[in-house]
Amino acid sequence: MLIKKPKSYELKENKVTDEKIYQDRRSLLKKMGYLGAGTLLSSSAQAGVFDLFSKDEAKTFSTKSLTFAQDKNRDEQILTPENKVNSHNNFYEFGTKKSQPLELSQGFKVDPWQLTISGEVDKPFTLSYDELFSQFPLEERIYRLRCVEAWSMVIPWLGFSLAQLLKKAQPNSRAKYVAFETLYDPKQMPGQKSRRLGGGIKYPYVEGLRIDEAMNPLTLMSVGLYGKTLPPQNGAPIRLVVPWKYGFKSIKSIVGIKLVERMPPTTWNRLAPKEYGFYANVNPEVDHPRWSQASERRITSGGLFARNRIETLPFNGYGEQVADLYKNMNLRKYY
Amino acid sequence: MTLSVSYKLSIKVKTKLLKAIIHLTSLLPICLLYLSAFNDELGADPVEAVIHFTGIGAFNLLLLTLLVTPLAKQFKQGYLMKVRRLLGLYAFTYAFFHVLNFIAFDLQFNLTLLFDEVVKRPYITIGLIAILLLTALAITSINYFKRKMGKSWQKLHNAIYLIILLVGIHFYWSVKSEVIEPTIYIVISFVLLYLRRRKFTL
Repeated sequence: MLIKKPKSYELKENKVTDEKIYQDRRSLLKKMGYLGAGTLLSSSAQAGVFDLFSKDEAKTFSTKSLTFAQDKNRDEQILTPENKVNSHNNFYEFGTKKSQPLELSQGFKVDPWQLTISGEVDKPFTLSYDELFSQFPLEERIYRLRCVEAWSMVIPWLGFSLAQLLKKAQPNSRAKYVAFETLYDPKQMPGQKSRRLGGGIKYPYVEGLRIDEAMNPLTLMSVGLYGKTLPPQNGAPIRLVVPWKYGFKSIKSIVGIKLVERMPPTTWNRLAPKEYGFYANVNPEVDHPRWSQASERRITSGGLFARNRIETLPFNGYGEQVADLYKNMNLRKYY
Repeated sequence: MTLSVSYKLSIKVKTKLLKAIIHLTSLLPICLLYLSAFNDELGADPVEAVIHFTGIGAFNLLLLTLLVTPLAKQFKQGYLMKVRRLLGLYAFTYAFFHVLNFIAFDLQFNLTLLFDEVVKRPYITIGLIAILLLTALAITSINYFKRKMGKSWQKLHNAIYLIILLVGIHFYWSVKSEVIEPTIYIVISFVLLYLRRRKFTL
């Protein structure tokens, strides 16, 4: 057998092959049960100093750099480090433990993708994977993300306003709510296949907003974070970000957006209506029945001794922009 | 004669060996845990990680403690009984760290919040009762109290059966939707209680 030692100037296959085709080939090899022996040979043949650092390349989902307009308030907040944003995720489609989405999602296929905007609109349409990034100019938005579990992060998202997307479809007068749906693909999402991994949730994951909430300029369709496309554990290729609501409203890996007349069902509300409402606005005054929402732990850098417990703000600090939406509502009743 | 001597020796050795294993497998993980947590190498949220690890660890050790007697009886391995107290004390140690993590690292000594949580959240109330009972058992586990308390010692230490139930409920009520793991723990607890059902009917 010929064992070829590549010269340092030679490009490796993954550098010259289109990323998608390269990944496809790898998965094909895997399916043939060939990878075991094959990897041993190829890794010893290619072992070099630099490979020490790129060993897991094939296992890690590769993201691409994006062009975008920077958020002007970049220096005002301490960001949650990128590796924490990408390793601490609630995405039960890939397991209920915080570390599982990173571990179990790296083979997730985002291209091809189809995002359909339909329902009570005059011009329904579908976006392909490439169109997710090319239809609207991308802007950076640094938002606080407050999880219903009382921890929070500060994340530099990239994306465009949901309003832009919806306007393109021209909602009609019956469009009162917007319903979102995550991809349903148990072959790729182990949590949808196994009850144990998926936490007993009914899939596909669905979420919803009132039309005025959806049209608020803060409401973001995110396609990236930290300058790059989203990794799967954060909802690649496209997800919602509603910064004044608890994190579970910010549905991931969206395939369908439907404008509807009636309030649509939402996943956590369906599972435990007394604990999770449709609105789910961040509200320090209204506790989760089983824990306090008055304060939160902000995850930035720092280990066990980080003094990171801070007060939770109404509407997660975005009251100025969104409090008007709920002017005459009893927020204890409509939690 | 020689046979029985060597037999006795080997029991002593076996007990020592078993104790060494228990010390090692209980202490090493907790040292590594805090080492990586202090260095921020325990995932994005080391606080959640240490709380969960010590909580599950305490539950595992409690179940192991309760497994000792049935095992010793079934397989006639009397020496096993000698490690029961050690296991129980490690269960207490893990539970102690679990509570300490919650108060020191999660609530960050916000005592008003602690008081609020204990009063308002049933799963925390139940957890608190369990740790208080467990503390009483840990303190009275030394020989001095065992001798001094006589019959009431056993009565007090039967509280372990109540503790295991409280801890099961505490775990079940603390999760959002992933109830399978706590359910498995509760089922195992019931099996261990069933094995000593005679104790309860007396």
